[in-house]
Amino acid sequence: MSVLYIAIPVALLIALIAIITFVVQVRNGQFDDLETPAHRILFDDLGKKAKPERGQGD
Amino acid sequence: MIVKDPTCAIECTHCGLPVPRGLIEQGREIQFCCGGCAGAYELIHSSGLESFYQMATNNREEMTLKNRHKDADRFTEFDSQIFLDKFVQYLSPEESQVQLALDGIHCGACIWLIEKLPSILPGVLDAQVNWSRGTVKVRWQSNNLPLSSIAQTLASLGYLPHPIRENERELRFRLENRKHLTQIGIAAALAGNNMIISAAIYFGMFSHMTDGMSQLLRVASCIIGVIALIVPGRTFLTSAATAIRTRTPHMDLPIALALLVGTVVGTANVIRGVGEIYFDSLSVLIFLLLIGRWIQFRQQARAADSVEMLCQLTPRTAHKIVDGEPTRTFVDLIASGDVLEVRPGELVPVDGRIVEGSTHIDESILTGESLQVGKTINDQVAAGSTNQSGVFRMLATAVGNQTRISKIVDLVEAATLAKPRVVQWANRIGGYFVGLVVLLATITFIYWLPAQLDTAVDRSIALLIVACPCALALATPLALAVAIGRAAKNKIMIKGGDILQTLQNKGTIWLDKTGTLTQGDLSVIRWHGDTTYLAFVGALEENSSHPVAKAISAFARESLANLHAMKCNVSQVTEFHGMGISGIVDGEEVLVGNQPLLQKFGILPTHRQQSVADRMIQQGHSLCWIVVNGEINGVAALGDSIRKDAYQSIRRLKSLGWKIGILSGDHQKIVDGVANQLDVPREMAIGNATPEQKLSIIQNTGKNETVVMIGDGVNDSAALAAATIGITVKNGAEASLAAAPVYLAKPGLNPLLELMEISRTTNSTMRGNLAVSLGYNVTFALLAFLGYINPLVAAILMPISSLTVVSLSLRAGKGGTNRLSDPSDMQIDRHEPKLNDKRSIR
Repeated sequence: MSVLYIAIPVALLIALIAIITFVVQVRNGQFDDLETPAHRILFDDLGKKAKPERGQGD
Repeated sequence: MIVKDPTCAIECTHCGLPVPRGLIEQGREIQFCCGGCAGAYELIHSSGLESFYQMATNNREEMTLKNRHKDADRFTEFDSQIFLDKFVQYLSPEESQVQLALDGIHCGACIWLIEKLPSILPGVLDAQVNWSRGTVKVRWQSNNLPLSSIAQTLASLGYLPHPIRENERELRFRLENRKHLTQIGIAAALAGNNMIISAAIYFGMFSHMTDGMSQLLRVASCIIGVIALIVPGRTFLTSAATAIRTRTPHMDLPIALALLVGTVVGTANVIRGVGEIYFDSLSVLIFLLLIGRWIQFRQQARAADSVEMLCQLTPRTAHKIVDGEPTRTFVDLIASGDVLEVRPGELVPVDGRIVEGSTHIDESILTGESLQVGKTINDQVAAGSTNQSGVFRMLATAVGNQTRISKIVDLVEAATLAKPRVVQWANRIGGYFVGLVVLLATITFIYWLPAQLDTAVDRSIALLIVACPCALALATPLALAVAIGRAAKNKIMIKGGDILQTLQNKGTIWLDKTGTLTQGDLSVIRWHGDTTYLAFVGALEENSSHPVAKAISAFARESLANLHAMKCNVSQVTEFHGMGISGIVDGEEVLVGNQPLLQKFGILPTHRQQSVADRMIQQGHSLCWIVVNGEINGVAALGDSIRKDAYQSIRRLKSLGWKIGILSGDHQKIVDGVANQLDVPREMAIGNATPEQKLSIIQNTGKNETVVMIGDGVNDSAALAAATIGITVKNGAEASLAAAPVYLAKPGLNPLLELMEISRTTNSTMRGNLAVSLGYNVTFALLAFLGYINPLVAAILMPISSLTVVSLSLRAGKGGTNRLSDPSDMQIDRHEPKLNDKRSIR
């Protein structure tokens, strides 16, 4: 169990890195729009169906 | 006889709007209502994106290109250096990025289509849509592709691009939102880690952890807990300190107390090596509270969004005089000192002073004055007012957010921040509650002290946490915030939550006529006479932007089966200010206008013609004589048609318990006619009302009852302010935003019904919330006192009460108002324009 003496500080360090990354991304505006990505996920299927048609359509 | 048959309207394949009969192509499967929609369809098809039509929702009207401007040069400004400097970012010599606001995004399929821009237009690298703001971020190869092509493509798909006008408030919102998120993120990381350590400690209790290990975990927990208090938890401490300083009890007080006591005692216990530690509960508490506050913040910010209002009140483009020539520029790029040209029918883009020409201007937006004001050189003109008849040039003196109208919108926003009465009440009650809770906690502490310090601290902290009136304080504002947000989604802007409560006391509703009960636009109601020359008249009227001309040409377009007739040869068009228009169409002299125009040309109607005309005037309509080659050919009655849903809406309002009245500045005859149609008692239909009369009527309506007034700001500002609840309506001038707490951005009476419904559900939600939170607090406070709840359980229970309240409120928010606008309820429109070509009035 003495590994915890190392493990806990390391875990906290990782948490610190996560926090810093999060804060940096918030500042960069990644979380400004929480609604559009929800719609975007649903599209890829339909997009893939459309693409093959393009070559044939012209 | 030509009659409009609503049952066999053909829909445009692109936008779903009915195709004018003149544009129907026989034998084709796909039809379009205008060239724009046809172009969009072509473009979408040729890029292989037809699946767009399967995905698009049913209400595709917003996608229509019907009323788009015909000028093709609109987007050259996008390539100008000024524009590029102001709005475009250079990522590298070959790549640039720009954010554009788009009109017309209305469903998921639109997002999909726009983001497929790279495959539609080569040279575009990436397109990212932000739905809630209605913007797109485009990254493209700037050395290969001019920005105007991108803009042109977007426009031909049906999404009109504009540079983004971000105002102060949006910026502030974004920054504050980020601050919230940052705090939440940090709190989450700390809480999560603390809980894991805490789990280890608890498990260790059963399997006999070594002291050293236990101490390690406790120290780790302590460090995290202290950080959680200092960084994300600081807001509670500062607001509690303010509360103490100003001697006003605030909800944060018990929380701050719990946090401080818990941290101090916990740290002491860690140093001592024995005793309870509370850091896990406290970290989780901080995290959950911050989330609650963030939700509240977002709801309220969304409700107060008046950016849309300002954008609708001022135009996007204007004609700037460059080297003596008018060139189309974006209003955002206009600076003080520029000279601009304003044409008839256009909105004045900025504040300024006339330097050339004279005209009449409709300033109702700002002054409430419905009479047009004559303006000439050196007179002041204001942004947002409508230029009526003449062309003039002006010198810009105040632009952007310095204009008068921008300041009015600022007033509206400022008023939104004022706390509604019911929230103040809830805060006060919360205040007493706080005092009570602190008292109880102290009693608990003292009571249990003789037993053990630890137990005493345990119980009192648990009590502090669980009895915290957060749910109580959250219940009312949350219900209101959700209601306001939901209303805003339905295009009903509410400034402050008092309205929703007050609407429950049913009293009298005074309705303005124009724009609320009627369409607000001039349209042809009756046409007496020959329709042989209808096509000519329509063609002639296409050359004018006067409201009467628009009404007549729309009527001609709707009624004719053959568009070919509209492509007549029109020449020598002359508009007579205030009287009418004349011109030569296919060789025939055509005159369209009112009585003064007839007099000017020396034409006299016969007795029969005059009596038809008199009857029309009696009914309150405006007249338009049609004269071909010197002989009167017909007369059109123009007026405002009643909205299809007006009757049903009024009936519903009455069934809810409201008394209905009509208050209008228009002729008594017209008002009586409308009242008759809508089942409003004669004595409640008041016409010819001056602003002063309206004001006194409002003031004298039942002293103690709720008086709701719906008006369009013109003439109505004083009356609106005097009413218990004033409501301003779209399709009329949007003046007096500062005087009315409610603004309906959708036309008609339906929004009012939705508002009533929202008011009802909000009130029941609020009562439910209060009941839940009170019952909750009392029960668990009791249990905490008796020792059945320890701080960790308390820390979890407390947010649960908040969450219960939140979910109750949000669930109420999801309840559809759609059942109110059920089209199957509506009656057939009784005011279709009638053609009587069997009875020539020659």
